[in-house]
Amino acid sequence: MGKTLAEKIWAEHVVRAAQGEPDLIYIDLHLIHEVTSPQAFDGLRLAGRTVRRPDLTIATEDHNVPTLNIDKPIADPVSKLQVDTLRANCAEFGLRIHSLGDKDQGVVHVVGPQLGVTQPGMTIVCGDSHTSTHGAFGALAFGIGTSEVEHVLATQTLPLQRPKTMAINVEGSLKPGVTSKDIILAIIAKIGTGGGQGYVIEYRGSAIRALSMESRMTVCNMSIEAGARAGLIAPDKTTFDYIKGKPHAPEDFDAAVGYWSTLFTDSDAKFDVEVNLNADELEPFVTWGTNPGQGLPLNSVVPNPADIADTEQRTAAERALVYMGLEAGMPLKKIAIDTVFLGSCTNGRIEDLRAAAEVLKGKKIASTLRMLVVPGSARVRLEAEAEGLDKVFLDAGAEWRNAGCSMCLGMNPDQLAVGERSASTSNRNFEGRQGKGGRTHLVSPLVAAATALRGTLSSPADL
Amino acid sequence: MEKFIKHTGTGVPLRRSNVDTDQIIPAVYLKRVTRSGFEDGLFAAWRNDPEFVLNKDAFKKGTVLIAGADFGTGSSREHAVWALQNYGFRVVISSRFADIFRGNSLKGGLLTIILDQDEVELMWAAVEADPSTSITVDLETRTVAYGSKSLPFEIDDYTRWRLMEGLDDIGLTLKQTDSIDSFEKNRPDYKPTTLPIRS
Repeated sequence: MGKTLAEKIWAEHVVRAAQGEPDLIYIDLHLIHEVTSPQAFDGLRLAGRTVRRPDLTIATEDHNVPTLNIDKPIADPVSKLQVDTLRANCAEFGLRIHSLGDKDQGVVHVVGPQLGVTQPGMTIVCGDSHTSTHGAFGALAFGIGTSEVEHVLATQTLPLQRPKTMAINVEGSLKPGVTSKDIILAIIAKIGTGGGQGYVIEYRGSAIRALSMESRMTVCNMSIEAGARAGLIAPDKTTFDYIKGKPHAPEDFDAAVGYWSTLFTDSDAKFDVEVNLNADELEPFVTWGTNPGQGLPLNSVVPNPADIADTEQRTAAERALVYMGLEAGMPLKKIAIDTVFLGSCTNGRIEDLRAAAEVLKGKKIASTLRMLVVPGSARVRLEAEAEGLDKVFLDAGAEWRNAGCSMCLGMNPDQLAVGERSASTSNRNFEGRQGKGGRTHLVSPLVAAATALRGTLSSPADL
Repeated sequence: MEKFIKHTGTGVPLRRSNVDTDQIIPAVYLKRVTRSGFEDGLFAAWRNDPEFVLNKDAFKKGTVLIAGADFGTGSSREHAVWALQNYGFRVVISSRFADIFRGNSLKGGLLTIILDQDEVELMWAAVEADPSTSITVDLETRTVAYGSKSLPFEIDDYTRWRLMEGLDDIGLTLKQTDSIDSFEKNRPDYKPTTLPIRS
């Protein structure tokens, strides 16, 4: 029997396999940032260990860096200590770091692909659950905890239980105004936040093949919101063309393409589970609740918990409506928004900014809200400025910020206030995620831009 | 790592599903560079509510958290495990755990146990009726016992052995350095490196 793509990559990275033990898997690339690494470096020092492969490791500052006044010292002393600690650790262990102010600083999952260090067939880890983003290149990429960060630093390997495999087939073609963000939000609503637990997801089908590289990253990024540690897409010409010309693209490109072209699921391979989705039927999708599975097409109304048969889901929906301050039956398009956030590792790349700018061009955002535009990396910011996108955002009345995770998780000063409601292109609508008491609706960049113009949840078709 | 063989304590019923790691510890509490002191951020938003279970005297000393399904979803922050441990929890019981959280917990010696939702509901009822109900978690026999009940749970042999011995994963892997060396010798040249820097 043939192998799935994930099984092929796994097999190529087994350092040691023994009966009754997890496989020891070699890690091709380790991305680190300031929040989940300090205790790992402490662990190395305590045990007198070193970093085995500094040349397979790269650090960037993203989670708690400010997006304003980045030429000044970080104002929050605790954030500053964490960033300073990362810098000191990288200096001590000889690791490459892209610090605030550097053109390659930015959200770790935007930086890897733009440097070309993310390539097909690799195993990639980072102390961040959205590492699944890199799966868009046909890599096996997943988030790890700090103990595992230390383990990879010391050994360049991880002991891992082999995951099960799930295929999500998305056939058909997307209507105008429907994006890859809507695909993944619809998938999560369908299989639930626990649907992918224990699996690696492979996204397949004509609608996935038709996506650009950056749109594929959006899909794989949110695999974790469906419960799957990793999600991937078989590499193809779209992938190869994207990598070509990047700083760390292979020198012998043709040889690399030769290998990459072997990375697909064999026709006689069998997945443990298959899920099907029809792209023709998809609409712009938004979340109404406090977990990413609580989403609906934008044309729907807020659901009535009493209509939900499952007790657990009904209770969760009741709690979510109270937290979100929403009434059952209210049209989602009537929900008024206070803050629009465009950015994050989900939707902070150049294509996302271009799509939103196209909607905003020559128009003004509603006077009732603010809009933050936070490029995923300094390079994305420079690219956007070269195209004049910053002017489009500023002329529309939005704020143009520096790169970082920003309001996706509110570790820096970019936060929602209690009761404040956002339409956010990020990945998590958990209670308090964007600031204590803040309320989050997850949306695509197109919905974010249209919402900014109308003041209520909207798609470009409503303009 | 502290060995985990057997633990006896009282339970804390957390009747919520989808308790994500942002609820277990919000991002603003992640700025410490140490492994300790995270208990102040544990369930920070909920602890403002006097009705929240950890604010009730009867449950303040509990060491076994009994949670709803899909516990630990979201972020990979191991701080969630540390916050639970720093607060005093030794065990979390749920019908489903998020993969990364479960991995982190078992690395760090916080035992996460999967029971059927029906059994979780019965445990909730039992500890709510009598918060002093003694719960014994025995890794040797892979059982959770309270009242007249003894419930088996599954955990793979390797993880169980590592927890019972209190072994450090890194130390175990470093015994395989020869295997890693030989794997690296055969690693293809076309794999990228981050150094030297190219731009």
